[in-house]
Amino acid sequence: MSRPLTSATADAHGGTAAPAAATAVGHEAGGDAVLRVTDLTVDFPTDDGVVHAVRGVSYALSPREVLGIVGESGSGKSVTSLAIIGLLPKTARITGSVRFRGEELIGLPDKDMRKVRGEQIAMIFQDPMTSLNPVYPIGWQIAEGIRAHHRDVSRAAARSRAVDLLALVGIPHPKERAANYPHEFSGGMRQRVVIALAMANDPDVIIADEPTTALDVTVQAQILETLQKAQQETSAAIVLITHDLGVVAGVADRVLVMYAGKPVELGSVDDVYYRPRMPYSIGLLGSLPRLDAVDQDRLTPIAGAPPSLINLPPGCPFSPRCPLRQGVCDDEEPALRQTDGQAHYAACHFSHTLESEDGVPEGLFSATSADFSGPIAIMPPTGAVAPTEGPQS
Amino acid sequence: MTATAEQPASTAIGTEPVLSVRDLVKHFPITSRGVIRRKIGDIHAVCGVSFDLYPRETLGLVGESGCGKSTTGRTVLQLQPATSGSVVFQGQELTDKSSKQMRSVRRDLQIVFQDPYASLNPRMTVNDIVAEPLRIHGLHDKHSGDKMRELFRLVGLNPEHGNRYPHEFSGGQRQRIGIARALALEPKALILDEPVSALDVSIQAGVVNLLEELQDRLGLAYLFIAHDLSVVRHIADRVAVMYLGKIVELADRPELFDRPAHPYTQALMSAIPIPDPVKERERRRIVIRGDVPSPASPPSGCRFRTRCPKFANQLSEGERERCVEEEPALIERGQGHPAACHYAAVEKVL
Repeated sequence: MSRPLTSATADAHGGTAAPAAATAVGHEAGGDAVLRVTDLTVDFPTDDGVVHAVRGVSYALSPREVLGIVGESGSGKSVTSLAIIGLLPKTARITGSVRFRGEELIGLPDKDMRKVRGEQIAMIFQDPMTSLNPVYPIGWQIAEGIRAHHRDVSRAAARSRAVDLLALVGIPHPKERAANYPHEFSGGMRQRVVIALAMANDPDVIIADEPTTALDVTVQAQILETLQKAQQETSAAIVLITHDLGVVAGVADRVLVMYAGKPVELGSVDDVYYRPRMPYSIGLLGSLPRLDAVDQDRLTPIAGAPPSLINLPPGCPFSPRCPLRQGVCDDEEPALRQTDGQAHYAACHFSHTLESEDGVPEGLFSATSADFSGPIAIMPPTGAVAPTEGPQS
Repeated sequence: MTATAEQPASTAIGTEPVLSVRDLVKHFPITSRGVIRRKIGDIHAVCGVSFDLYPRETLGLVGESGCGKSTTGRTVLQLQPATSGSVVFQGQELTDKSSKQMRSVRRDLQIVFQDPYASLNPRMTVNDIVAEPLRIHGLHDKHSGDKMRELFRLVGLNPEHGNRYPHEFSGGQRQRIGIARALALEPKALILDEPVSALDVSIQAGVVNLLEELQDRLGLAYLFIAHDLSVVRHIADRVAVMYLGKIVELADRPELFDRPAHPYTQALMSAIPIPDPVKERERRRIVIRGDVPSPASPPSGCRFRTRCPKFANQLSEGERERCVEEEPALIERGQGHPAACHYAAVEKVL
């Protein structure tokens, strides 16, 4: 795994022509990045073999920035974040570097990590049902979070700060509600409590891992609003992990698209949405049914499925599903290279062929309904042949 | 059915609906704890839902979790007995049928479930799974092997994989197996209960396309239950929006999306993020406050009034009284389609 990876990142550094080669990939933050992730890899040894869940993620997070990380299930977006705050099980093998304001977090003993976690980097999880302790009142839990990092704060002060936080995230009657237990809140309200918890110690970075996925859309809108309020209040930078490209479009400044454990495209939201330079991003955008589309003809799915992360073949992990695939794709994994824009990176051997196109290239993926590319043509054009007539070509 | 199939279903006056649901009610009892388990109340899951489903048409049934859309689907199929109301499928009343009699009805009315991991028996090969409906209905014979291969091709799967077990397939492929099973008996109508919400978007698109193609080729009618309005906009001909057990708005697709009249529909549409950064930044959001009230004690009058932005910000004291006291009927009030709001007014959201 390390061989193609190191060569890949080396390439990228050449492309960006940055002097600090080790951390050059895809950041504009310069020296003042709050969080700098470099060549992060995570492997899980299992009975079936080693799962390469994260295979070289690098990014830098500027202060107050919102970075959206998108990808489908199994693309490594959650594992990346868990590795950053050191919450992975001990069996996980982590390499690379995560620097928070210059301080290395990988390999930090748990005792020291605890000081970072919650106080400097806070985390919001997907499921608000399981991220709160069911046997303590929520006010108590927030106060505990404050006092865990600030012993000098009195219990009473911590409790009143907890009430203030609950008011801030929009819990009605915060003073009375602080004495309630998690089960007495709805899902949306619980997620507000979790956001209040994340804000409690004024962190510099908030990692939100699918914060709205378990919620209904009307509640999702409320929670995203609350999250933006939390950012204004704490001036934290936010890493927003989601599979919903719509959520990222509205909230994020930059987007990182992940596929099979690696970033395949990184750029400003406008760059990635209007000028995608990696076939996977293009396919992902094309496969979305859109609420604002008047008469969307057929959706264009990406054929096939993401690869297994146990025995990844050499070359680009997307190549089996890619319409631009050529020989080189199966031999060499493309590095994340700078493409047309200043701060726009894509990992594709042929991203230059997409550069001339303004906007999203059309017709790259076909509007098929099939799931395997076998010798049988599954669906003749609509209405042409009755199903009883069997295979066609 | 074939004679009238050419007409667009939603406007086809005189076309017989395949499925006709009237005032469907489903209550679930709430029982006390302890040994005796007295009934102490009801969950009002579905409260007087009426709609028609025409041949070759897709009716989208959308709403948030807990609004009763899945219960509606299951009650239509008599997987749960209805508390009251009528379900007429191809001229037959289903609510008074015994489970034995329902079996023959289900040849023509099948369901595809949301979770492709839970709905396939892990101990059966997919061939056996897809053939099971044929066995149940005594249609399994020596030609069934050909039929299986044909069904696999129809849903875009490799027929050679029939001897594999469900765990060997991805989520999208499993959902295709579920669809193949539902199609095995050549039904007239399918109830699709969130068929794509468990799938990743790049996979979801393939299944949506498949459903559209199957409808075109086999002339199926779909009751498409979903929470995702974007998918519904793509696939449905008509859309019914549900809130807390009731349909609040029912319209043809272009009508609903261009001219939503119910405040809930408007809020729902405006809450859905659009994957377009500029549009998304410029959009005005109608954010509704609070959560869905408990279906055990729904609000009096209009059920949406507790969260309604119109009720909170625009109506006068006197007008509000009507929302509290009188339940708005699902009728047309000059917007071109029925909406269950006393003060329905078209507002462009998208």
